Amino acid sequence: MKPAPFEYHVPDSLNQVLSLKREHGEDAKLLAGGQSLVPAMNFRVIQSKVLIDINRVEELSYINEDRKVLRIGAMARERHLEFDPLIDKWTPLLAEAVPFIAHPQIRNRGTIGGSIVNADPAAELPVLMLALDARLKAQNSDGERWIPATDFFDGMFTTTLATDEILVEIELPHIPQNTGWSFMEMAPRAGDYALMGVAALVGLDEAGKCTRAKLVYLNAGDGPVDAKAAAKSLVGETLNKKVINHAAAHASEKEITPFGNIHASPEFQRHLAKILTQRALVAAAIRAGEGYIQ
Amino acid sequence: MIKTYSISTTINEKEYKSEVESRLLLSDFLRHELGLTGTHVGCEHGVCGACTILVNGESMRSCLMFAVQADGLEITTVEALGKDKDDLHPLQQSFWEAHGLQCGFCTPGILMTLIPFLRENPDPTEKEIRAAISGNLCRCTGYQHIVDAVLLAAEKMK
Repeated sequence: MKPAPFEYHVPDSLNQVLSLKREHGEDAKLLAGGQSLVPAMNFRVIQSKVLIDINRVEELSYINEDRKVLRIGAMARERHLEFDPLIDKWTPLLAEAVPFIAHPQIRNRGTIGGSIVNADPAAELPVLMLALDARLKAQNSDGERWIPATDFFDGMFTTTLATDEILVEIELPHIPQNTGWSFMEMAPRAGDYALMGVAALVGLDEAGKCTRAKLVYLNAGDGPVDAKAAAKSLVGETLNKKVINHAAAHASEKEITPFGNIHASPEFQRHLAKILTQRALVAAAIRAGEGYIQ
Repeated sequence: MIKTYSISTTINEKEYKSEVESRLLLSDFLRHELGLTGTHVGCEHGVCGACTILVNGESMRSCLMFAVQADGLEITTVEALGKDKDDLHPLQQSFWEAHGLQCGFCTPGILMTLIPFLRENPDPTEKEIRAAISGNLCRCTGYQHIVDAVLLAAEKMK
C-alpha cells in the first residue's frame, strides 16, 4: 500500500465535519475530490493522521441562483460546473475555463472547493476566483465568515483559512452587462498543468471605451497573480492594438514573477503571458461589444 | 492491530462485502483483493489513466480513491464488457478491427473512459474523441488508430 496509514472518518453532515475538524485540528485533512491530495499521499509527500472524507456531505454540493449571485457548494464537482446552465449564463468565463482543468476523469471527481483550498499557483480555479470577484464562505463550529478572494490566497499552496475552518460556499457575482471575458492557457498537452494562463475581463461603455478590466494569471508567481496596473492602463481607453500591446507588455514584464520549470524558462513564460494577454483581450473586447478597433 | 473498515460494494452488478484498511487504494482493492486484474495500474498518481473505472456510471481514476470510499457505490470495470473474443462489446470489437491497441496495457482504461463518453456523445467528432482520451496515455499506437476505433465504434453502436 502506497499511502501511510490514517484514521478514516466519513461524516454525512456539515456539523459533524466541523466538530471532527475541531477535535483533530492539524492532524486532520479534509478529503474532497482527492485529485491532488491522494497523489500526494501516494507519494507520501503528505502523511495525515486523520482523513475526514466529505464526499457524503450532500448539503455542500449545489449550484444555485440567488438574485445577483451564484452560490456554489464547495463539494460541487468540476464536471458539474462545466455543464451547468446557470454557470454558462451568469459566469461564462468559468464555463470556458473549466474544460482546461486536467482531464474528464479528474473533473468527474475533483471539486471546486478542493481546488481552491489546495491553492496551487498553476491551477485554474484560484485564478477564476480572483477574476470573478468571488467571496468565499469559511465556517467553523463557532460560526462563519466571508473572505474576499483577494484575501484568501496566501502564497504557495497556502490560504488564510484557520485550522478549524473549512470552505463551504463560493459566491460569484454575475458578469455584468457589456463585459467580455476570455480564458486562455498554454499547456504542452491537453489536460497538463499549463505553462502560463490568463483570465481576462473587460467592460466597455456605449462609446467603446473600457470601463473596467481584469487580468489574472496562473503559474505566474506563488499564487494567482492579479495584474492590477496592466488592467488599470486599459480603463478609459479604446482597446486598440497599441493599448492592448502596452497592457500585455506591462503585465508580462512587470507584474508576474514566473519561476520556470523543466518545460519553460521564466523568459518563455513571460513571452507566453504577453501573447496570451493580447489574444485574450482581443477576444474579451469582441465579446464585450463594439469596443475593438483594429 | 490494524484497523479495518467494513464496506459493501456493487462491482459489475455483483455485490461484495469486504474488510479493508483505510489506505487501500480502490485500484489495489480491485486487483489484489478481488482478483479483477483487468483494471491496470500505471502511474498511481492520476496521470496515465490506465486504472480508469466507472463510479456510479462516471469515469474516474481508481488509483485516486480509497476502497473504503467505494462503500455503497456502484463500480464498473472492464470485466463488465465482453467476456471473450466471440462476445466482445462493440467498442472492444472496433478496437480489434481498427488496430486500436498494440501491447494493450492502456486499453482497459481507455475503454472505460469511452463507455460514458459514447453514451453522452453518440456521434463524436475526431476533436471530441481526442479531448475525451486526453487523460489516457498510450505508448504504442500514436493515438490515431484509437481515434479510428472510436469512430468505428460510434458507427457500430448507432
